[in-house]
Formats: sequence, C-alpha cells, structure tokens
Amino acid sequence: MEDIILETQGLTKRYGDLTAVDSLDLSVRRGEVFGLLGPNGAGKTTTTLMLLGLTEPTAGTAAIAGHDCTREPIAIKRMVGYLPDNVGFYGDMTGRENLRFTGRLNGLGGDALEARIGGLLRRVGLEDAADRKAGTYSRGMRQRLGVADVLIKDPKVIIMDEPTLGIDPEGMRALLSLIRDLAAKDRRTILLSSHQLHQVQQICDRVGIFVQGKLIACGPIAELGRQTQSEGSCALELEASPDDKNLELLLRGLDGVQEITREGGGWTLLSSMDLRPRVSRLLVEHGYVPQRLYQRGGDLDEIYHKYFEKAGAQDDLSTAKKRGRRAGA
Amino acid sequence: MTFPLRKSAAGEPAREALPAGGGLYALLRKELADQLNSNRFLLLFGLLAVAGVAGLYGALSTASDWAGSTDFLYLTLFTTSGNSIPSFASFLAFLGPLLGIVLGFDAVSRERSLGTLNRLAAQPLHRDAIINGKFLSGLTMIVLTVFALGILVLAAGILALGVPPTGEEIARLFAFLLLTCVYLAFWLGLSILFSVVCRHAATSALAGIAIWIFLSFFMSMVASSLAASLYPLDGIEGLFNMEANYNLELTVNRISPYYLFSEAASTILNPNVRSIGVVTMSQLSGAVAGYLPFGQSLLLVWPHVVCMIALTAVCFGASYVAFMRQEIRA
Repeated sequence: MEDIILETQGLTKRYGDLTAVDSLDLSVRRGEVFGLLGPNGAGKTTTTLMLLGLTEPTAGTAAIAGHDCTREPIAIKRMVGYLPDNVGFYGDMTGRENLRFTGRLNGLGGDALEARIGGLLRRVGLEDAADRKAGTYSRGMRQRLGVADVLIKDPKVIIMDEPTLGIDPEGMRALLSLIRDLAAKDRRTILLSSHQLHQVQQICDRVGIFVQGKLIACGPIAELGRQTQSEGSCALELEASPDDKNLELLLRGLDGVQEITREGGGWTLLSSMDLRPRVSRLLVEHGYVPQRLYQRGGDLDEIYHKYFEKAGAQDDLSTAKKRGRRAGA
Repeated sequence: MTFPLRKSAAGEPAREALPAGGGLYALLRKELADQLNSNRFLLLFGLLAVAGVAGLYGALSTASDWAGSTDFLYLTLFTTSGNSIPSFASFLAFLGPLLGIVLGFDAVSRERSLGTLNRLAAQPLHRDAIINGKFLSGLTMIVLTVFALGILVLAAGILALGVPPTGEEIARLFAFLLLTCVYLAFWLGLSILFSVVCRHAATSALAGIAIWIFLSFFMSMVASSLAASLYPLDGIEGLFNMEANYNLELTVNRISPYYLFSEAASTILNPNVRSIGVVTMSQLSGAVAGYLPFGQSLLLVWPHVVCMIALTAVCFGASYVAFMRQEIRA
C-alpha cells in the first residue's frame, strides 16, 4: 500500500540472551489507529522506544514517514508524539507551565504557543485545572494533560503506551473518544500499545498481537476472528445429562475429535471443524439431553485468550528461568 | 543563543528548522527557574551568606592586630580567621562542596522518578542536551552564588575598612572566586554522576556527602599514616626518610580536591606564599624577601587549576557516557 507512514523491517532488540523484540515487520497506514496488544513484558514498550529512536535496535530498521528512526531521531521526534506509560509532569509547575515548557522545547513561543495551549486545554477538558500545580492532578487528569502535551508539537504520528491504564470507566470513555477523534478528525496516525483488550478493540482499526517479542497475528479484529477459526482449532463446550461414563466414551469415539477434556461441569472438545451437527445428532440418538452446546472461537475474547494463554505459560517459564539464573549468580 | 519567535502568515507557529541550541536554551531556562525557586538552594545560599558574614566579622574583630602589618588588607580579610571563627575562604572550602552536591544530586534521578525523563527525551532535542542542560544550569548557579557572596563580602569589607581595594587585590579576589567556581563544579559533576548512576536521589545524595566528608576531613589522616608507614620517621633512618615522607604525604593529600583548592586558594590570596613544595635551606639562601607578583602566584597554582578542571571533566564525562548509554524507560 502506498500510504504507509510507519514501517519496520526485521526490527530486533536483544538484552543479553533475552530477545525483547524478535524481527518485527510492521506497517501502519496514515490515519489509522493501530493497536499493539500483548501481555506485560511482550516487548511493546521496547518497540515504541525503538520507533522513537530512544533505544537502538540490535538489528533491522524502522522508519516513520521516510525518516530512519535510529539515524534521524530529531526529525522523528519532531513529528512523532509520545505519551509514555504513566506519564509524569513537573509537580511544582502548573499544567499550563508544563505545556509551555514542552512547546518551547519544540521551538514554539509567544502568542501562537499560548493560543495553542489554550485550545488544547479546552480540548482535553482541563481548562479549570490549567493553573493548578500538576502535582495535585489525579491520574486521569495527568493522562489528559499528557494528550495535550503530545499535541503541542502537532504530531503526524502519536505513539501511546498503555494510555488507558488506571483510569476510571468514565475517564476511559472520554479518552478513547478523544483518541478516536485524533485519527478521524485530525487524520493523525495512532499507534497504541495495551494489554487491556476490551477498551482498545473499540477504537482500533487494526491490531497486532504481540507475544514474546513476536508479532503472531496482525489485521482487523474481524479478520483475526476468522483466522483463528479456520486455523483448525475449534473448541466445543458441552454439557449433557445424564453425565455418565458412557458419554465420555461416545464422545471419544466421535470422528474428528482431537482432544477431550473435563472442564467444570462439562466437557471441552477440540477439533479441526465445527462438530455441533454431529454431536447433537449423537446425543439425541443415544438418549442424552443436551444442556449446553457452545462453540468457542468466534469472539474476540477467544482470540486473545488463545494467544495470551500460550504466551502466559511461556512467560511464567521465562521468569522462573530468570529467577533461577539470579539465584545462581 | 537566541530564542526565535517566528510566526508564519497564518498565525501558526513555524518550526520546520529548529535551531540547534533552541531545546537546550529552553531546558536551561526551566532548570534555572527550578533551582532558584527551590527551598534547598535558598537554604544553602543563606547558610553560605551567614558563613561569609561570620568570616568577615571574625576577621574584622581581629583587624587591629593585622591591619598595620599588611599591604593587602582585603586579601587578609578573606583569609584571616578570628577567634574560633574560620575565614571566609575556609568556609567556602568546607561548605562549598555541599552547594555543588545540592545542585546536582537528583538532577537525573528526579526526572526519572517523576516520569518526565522519557517525555523529555521524546522531544526534538539531542539526548545529551538534557545532561548538558543540567550541568550548565548547575554551573550557572554556582557562578552566580560564588560571585554574589564574594562581592557581598568585599562590599561589606569596604564599608567596614573604608579604604578602597587596590587593583591587584581585586584581580586576586576574582581569581580566587573563579577558582572556587571550578572547585564547586567538580562537586556538581560528581553529584550529577551519582544522580545518573543511582536509582534513588537519597542514595545519590548520601554517596556525594560521604565522598565530601572523606576527602575533606579524613584524607589528611590517610595521607599521614600512609607516609608514616612507608617512610617511618623514627630513629636515624627517620632523618633520611624525612623528605620522601613529606613528599608522599603531599602527593596523597593532593588527590583530594579539597586540599588542591585550599593550597591554591592560600597561594592566590596570600602573596607571601612563594612555593608550595619542599624548600631547602640552600634554595632559600640569597632570596630577597618580598611579595610574589600576581602572575607568578597564578603560575604556581596552574597545575592545581588544571587538575581540578580535569577532575570535573572526568566526572562530567563519566556521567555523560553513563546517561547516553542508559535505557530511557520508567
């Protein structure tokens, strides 16, 4: 696609023998909201830092609007706004003074800067608190001030690291609609990373699922849903009465069942295809009454669960390894 | 460095070509405002001002003893200690480092703990502008403080003594104040280094203070015991060891910037000091008693000044490298 604004090729970052980001190939189109989703420690923050030129990649390249992120950090930082995870401000300066300082760092000044600060404070709804010390701000207010701070430099691309973390539901709604606006009205490109899937899925055009430094899935959410289904791992949850030994044998004998596990009060059948017609026929033929028959995999929860569960298991393993190494040293 | 206030026709701020020093200037301005408004700076400035007044008072209280016997009234005013009150110069040597430490000990760790460092690093300025700005603002504060206090004490002295200072006195005093700035810059550099390396501001402050106390108060003990153990002064052998013993003690002492500063300050402020090493009787024979010219005094302390600048450069260089290599993340 010709309108790609952000592109990485084989981007890799290693810390010792830990690979934080593993040959990442990513492209984001202009005006798109792209969600980088993944559990903690998946390498999301490292990726954003490399995109900003704040961390040097071990291998590979990243470019934003034709500028190399590592070699031209100033050009990058001039047009890319960064809202870090848990953004901080100088507590003994007011919100307005904090914004003014950022404006000056970006070479702005005078009335134009003051006008822009005023407009941004209005936009993020902090007009009333603008002349209070930033140290007294709540977390949600800090986050909103952070958005204003990012917009001071009028960025083409905005990178947000966990923007929704620790904000109450009302503040979250306001923030998400603000982010949506930035893309829809201002035509800015937004890359946001998060592990809070539900909030983020509402506003992202595309998501990339990031696990153990690898991008394991990428695309619009609906497409990812289809992908998981067609990948040949359908899970069917089943409850039937009477729940006896014979039922298990029956189910095991069924064509196409790869695995059968006992979960809660019912059974979960893994298969490569949709088993519902066959299972229901089987149950009725043998005099069982189906209580529940639920095909997993269609909704987003399942997509995430599927990917993250795998990652979580590996995560625990690697922390255990790390701990062991530390104890040995 | 000037700050451009450019506007395009539409009233939109223009910023396509950011001046190289623009970011640094804005940073410096904010840092200076922070320092000037901080309570701890005001506290230390007050402390040093009180020390200056006390030193002046001490010297003036004994003025009748020395006023007739010296040609350099104002230099004596800075270096003479009164009854149990140290002179202004020794106050600066003792308390000055504390100013350097206070100005720098949380320079970087504060940004880190506030969570502003990554936001700052994401602005269009080179990463070294951050640490340069920290050091330059500290240095500016040091120069302001030292010269303000020095001139204050000098002015009070003029009022008290009623005699105008001579040109050479003023030159020597300014050289002394500059030397003090270099001395304090070393402590600033050291404390900034700790602020980069240590995660917590408290650790960094304690490390700085520990080194300050060790170099200022315990280095002389280390030097003399080391010299005594390597070149004992007992018995006949002691007579042969005397010179080596003294030279070793001097060399070890000179590792400490406190000693370097004291030695250089007393040479600059006292034209009677003609040498800062061992002088044998044969070297002294035939010497004409008199004051050393200002230029010669400067020549005598040149190695000290170079040494202190080098120490400062090493500290700042180390913190620069450490900062540039550090990960910018919370």
